[in-house]
Parts: sequence; C-alpha cells; structure tokens
Amino acid sequence: MKGKKAAAGDDIGRETRLELYRLQVELRYCEKRAYDLFLQNLVKGTSHLSLGQEAIAAAFGVAMRPDDYTFCTYRGHAHTLARGASMAGVLGELMGRQCGLLGGKGGSMHLTDVAHGAMGSYAIVGAHLPVAAGAAWSAQYRGTEQVAVCFFGDGTANIGAFHEALNLAAVWKLPVIFVCENNLYMEYTPISAVTAVKHPAADRASAYGLESILVDGNDADEVYRVAVRTMSQARAGGGPALIEAKTYRHSGHSRADPAKYRPEGELDKWLERDPIKLYRERLVKLGLNEATLKDIEDQALRKVDEATAIAKASLPPSLDGIEKNVWADGGAAWRN
Amino acid sequence: MAELTFREAVAAGIAQEMERDERVVFLGEDVAAAGGVFKTTVGLLERFGPKRVRDCPISEQAIVGAAMGAAMTGLRPIAEIMFSDFLAVCWDMVANEIAKTRYMTNGQIALPLVIRTANGAGSRFGAQHSQAVENWAMAVPGLKVVAPSSPADVKGLLAAAVRDPDPVIFFEQKSLYSMKGEVPDGEYVDELGKAKVLRRGKDCTIIALALMVHRALEAAEVLEKEHGISCTVVDVRSLVPLDTRTILSEVAKTGRLVTVEENPRLCGWGAEIASIVTEECFWDLDGPIVRITTPHVPLPSADQLEDNAIPSVARIVREIREKID
Repeated sequence: MKGKKAAAGDDIGRETRLELYRLQVELRYCEKRAYDLFLQNLVKGTSHLSLGQEAIAAAFGVAMRPDDYTFCTYRGHAHTLARGASMAGVLGELMGRQCGLLGGKGGSMHLTDVAHGAMGSYAIVGAHLPVAAGAAWSAQYRGTEQVAVCFFGDGTANIGAFHEALNLAAVWKLPVIFVCENNLYMEYTPISAVTAVKHPAADRASAYGLESILVDGNDADEVYRVAVRTMSQARAGGGPALIEAKTYRHSGHSRADPAKYRPEGELDKWLERDPIKLYRERLVKLGLNEATLKDIEDQALRKVDEATAIAKASLPPSLDGIEKNVWADGGAAWRN
Repeated sequence: MAELTFREAVAAGIAQEMERDERVVFLGEDVAAAGGVFKTTVGLLERFGPKRVRDCPISEQAIVGAAMGAAMTGLRPIAEIMFSDFLAVCWDMVANEIAKTRYMTNGQIALPLVIRTANGAGSRFGAQHSQAVENWAMAVPGLKVVAPSSPADVKGLLAAAVRDPDPVIFFEQKSLYSMKGEVPDGEYVDELGKAKVLRRGKDCTIIALALMVHRALEAAEVLEKEHGISCTVVDVRSLVPLDTRTILSEVAKTGRLVTVEENPRLCGWGAEIASIVTEECFWDLDGPIVRITTPHVPLPSADQLEDNAIPSVARIVREIREKID
C-alpha cells in the first residue's frame, strides 16, 4: 500500500516500475548464468555479455508493443529476452542444444525469435540498421503503426551502414528508433579515441535533421520515458529517432577479453551506478517493501535455474540439420 | 506474342508482378522518376505511384538492407543495384545477411526478394562498371542466381524470381538491353533452375550464359557451315539452382563439353560444371573439357581491348576448332 501511495501521480507508475525491475533482474541473472555456463565449458564459441547495460533492453522491452520489431547486435541476449523469448531457448542456443532458439544453427551472436518480434541479432557491426529501416518501411507501407527498434553499440556510429540507414530513415520518415548503447569502448579501444565528436550518435543526429537525444542508459525510468515518447511519435508518422544511451559494460567485450585496458577505478565507479542497484534503491525510496523486491529476485533466480536445467537436459542438435533450411523448401539442394 | 526489347521486358516483368501482388515494391537509384539509368523501369512510377516505386539515395547498403527488412516483414521487394560491380559495396548485406539469415535462424525468417543488376561488358565502361560477377553470387550458399539471355526469359524468369520464396540475384547483361525478341502476351511466368537447349548438334555441347549464349549460337552456326562441326548449345539461365540433369544429358550425347563464360577464369561458373561433368559423366567424355572465359584480368575499357578480352565469336570458333576437331 505504501508503494501505491508513492507511485500516485507518477508518470510511470508502480506496476510498470515493478515490471522494469523484474525484467532487469531476469536479464542480469540470465547473463550471469551464461557466464557461469561458459566457465563450466558448457557454452562454446564466443559470447558478448551486456552486464551493466540491462536498463536499456528492459525499458524498451516493457515500452514496446507486442507486434513491434527488435533488431539487435551480437550483444543481444538481453534484447531478445526482453521481448519474451524463452530463457531455455536462449541458454540452449548458447550451449548448442536442440532446445536452442535456432536449433544450434545460429549461436550466441544470432539469437532470433520472430514469434516475439525479435527479428534477429546481427554480428556484422552496423548491418542491421538498414534492415531495421526496411522493416519500418514495411510497417509504414502496410499501415500497421508498428515500430522497429534497432540497438547497437557506440562503435557502430563510425561505420557506413549507420549513416546510410539514418539518412534513408529520415528521408522516408520511417517508424524506426535507433538506440546507441554507448558503453565507452568500441571493443578494446575507447570510443573517444576514434570518434570525431564527443557523443558518437547524439552529435550526429543533426546531420539527419533529427533531435539530439542523450539519455542516462543506467536509469530504466529515463530510458522508458524516451522510448515511449519517440515510439509514439514514430507511430504517428513523425519519423525516426536516434537515441544515445550512456552506459557501461561490467565485463570485457567478449568472453576472451579481461578488459585490462580500462583505467583503474573506472569499473568501481560504474558499479556504483549499476542500473539494477540504482533502480532497487529508487523503488525502496518510493515505498516498495523489501519483501516484494526479494520475491521478484527469488522468482527470477528460479526462472533462470529452470531454464538452465531444461537447456542442460536438451540433446545436441541432430546432424541432419546441417543441410536443412537453406531454402524455403526446408532443404539445401542447389541442383537437380 | 509482342516484340519487346530486353529492357522493355524488364519493366514488363516488374509491372506484371506489381499488378498481381500489392506486396511487390521496387526500389533503387534513379529508378522511379528517371526510369533507370538503362531505362529498364520506364513508366513504373506513373503506373504504380511513389509509394511502391521508390527512388533511393546512393546508399547500396541501405537499399539492399531495406529490401531485406521489408522482405522479412511481409513484402516482396525488388531492389535494383545499378551496376553489378556495386554489389561489392553492399556485399555484407548480400552475402552475410540475406544469404544466411534463413539458415542461421533455422527457418524463422523468410526473405522473398530480388536484387536486379546490370552485369557484364560491352559498354566500354572500364573495370568497375563492366565485370561479369555471377560467379561471386554463385559461391555464396543461400542465394539463387539467374541470368537470362532473351526478352522472353527476362520477363518469365523475373516473374519466377519475384514469386520465389528465397532471395534471387538477377543479372541482366547490359549489352543485351537493346536486343529485341518475342515475348508471350498476358501473364507469363517461367521456372528457375531449368536450362534450355537452343540448338542440337552431334560433335560438341556448348554451355553458355546470358550474352555468351548469343556468341555461342553464332559460333555454332559458323562451325557448322564452315568447318563441319555440329554443336549443341545450352543456355544455363540459372546457376543456382543448376539444371545438372539437362547439362549432363546433353554432354553425354556429344561426348564433349565447352563452357563459354564472361566471368574471369578462376572459379568461374564453368569450373563447377566442369567438375560435376568430370565426376558424374567422365566415361561419356571423348576428350578434355574446354573452358572459354575472359582471362583472369580486370576488364580494360578501350573497345578493341574489351572486345578481345571477353570471349568473341571468332575466339569461340577458333578454340573449338583447335581443341575439339
């Protein structure tokens, strides 16, 4: 009751806030589990964790319509889960199991769940920006008021496809929201060392006639507000938006990267600004009781445990899958 | 039957499909108001309006990427890449994204789209506007690859490509744009993956594609009349899917195989056919396979150089006389 009172008159509201918290916690626990499974040698290949960046995926996940489209990068576990993809499907795909979202044919960098609007994770930097613009064009053409949301890193702002997609989206007034998650490092190199402007995305917005939007990517409420505003503009025919969300990844670029290039103390400073820690503190301040939050956290952990058990029990994919699904007829034949 | 030029057949094929299916949209550089730099899409804007026929910025990645995004969300786009050489500018979209997405997503995403592009030599445009790059596309799993040689085939195969549920790269040899030919009236749809036997002979089977089909036919005429060598000529039409059944059976009948390819030598499409024939009908062969290709060079621009770089009728006649006779 205390929580309800605190939320009264607030633009976001108690239920949405609890949903934002629940989703951030789930994304965090699942990502941590992915790392544990990697340490147990159960996740093969590479994986790019978004620990520390969960507020952005969660805020959009809560703000989006079920029929909206998500396009994300190889650092896309969180964005895919945030649309409602099965956690066992995600962990199973990382582990190369039958139950994986892609039956073991895509892996960590290509998570896709079309049934939930997750239209793919793209592992070539920048490639999915034009594709997202195309999905938005299709929505505009069909008159569905759907929006495409395209997440990418700061490094993407320096590749050609970024500029081509932004220009086309602006000229055609497409309902697409480009979300740059600026975590300060393009990979191992600080983004500031390789970028002509201070804010890789926001400072370029004016080149496409767009509003410069810079937001605290570690504040789920702030991201949620800008998501709601830009998506509703886009649905109404107002065209695209380019958002730069400032954040920080707690781990290295990929599992191979211990992130030794970061100056001493930088990580500690950002851990103080951990989006989930900040959000929990805010909820407590708003009057939500400890038991409610603890319950959300316990449930999230149970969900991750259950998904892990399902993925671990799932068999490796059948070998006949190698020559399946190249073509729409389900096969791989290139000759008669 | 109506007589159309190859370029008119392109517009006729697109128009037929746009008329039939509202999901078909068309985008590219200078394609709408200007009707295309090769005038292959004249009249489409007037007929179908700016919502369906869209001029794009010079942004090949955005054009092909947008076609991909539209295709995975319910449309059936046709994208034009002005010169096939420019495919290199958006090769990530073509080779990494469009070709692989169905497979990587285990069939979740379908990409029914066509990329049309002006391919090949004959315009003296130099090495960056004249390459025959059909073998680039053929090397990437997940792409269908078509290259018609006549106005009727342009219309019929383009319609088949638009209706196909998979991505198709559609190569239009730019020297053929002014060629005239009979095109069936009314709705006309061909089939991908079917080669066509255009002439039958007993001494040698020539397999050719696009512009080279016409040179092969002319050479076959000369060989027959002047040198008493009678040749079968097969128009491959579609490299993926490849009609190996027709190819193998036509090679088996004459015992000799000659490929005539505009692409440069290494890993040209004829090399794959030569390999299949060697593996599967070696004992039907009466002599070595002959590949007649453009030499492994970037294409020169001067008319005399270009004409002598790509296989000419005289060269096809000479090589077949030397190697088959």
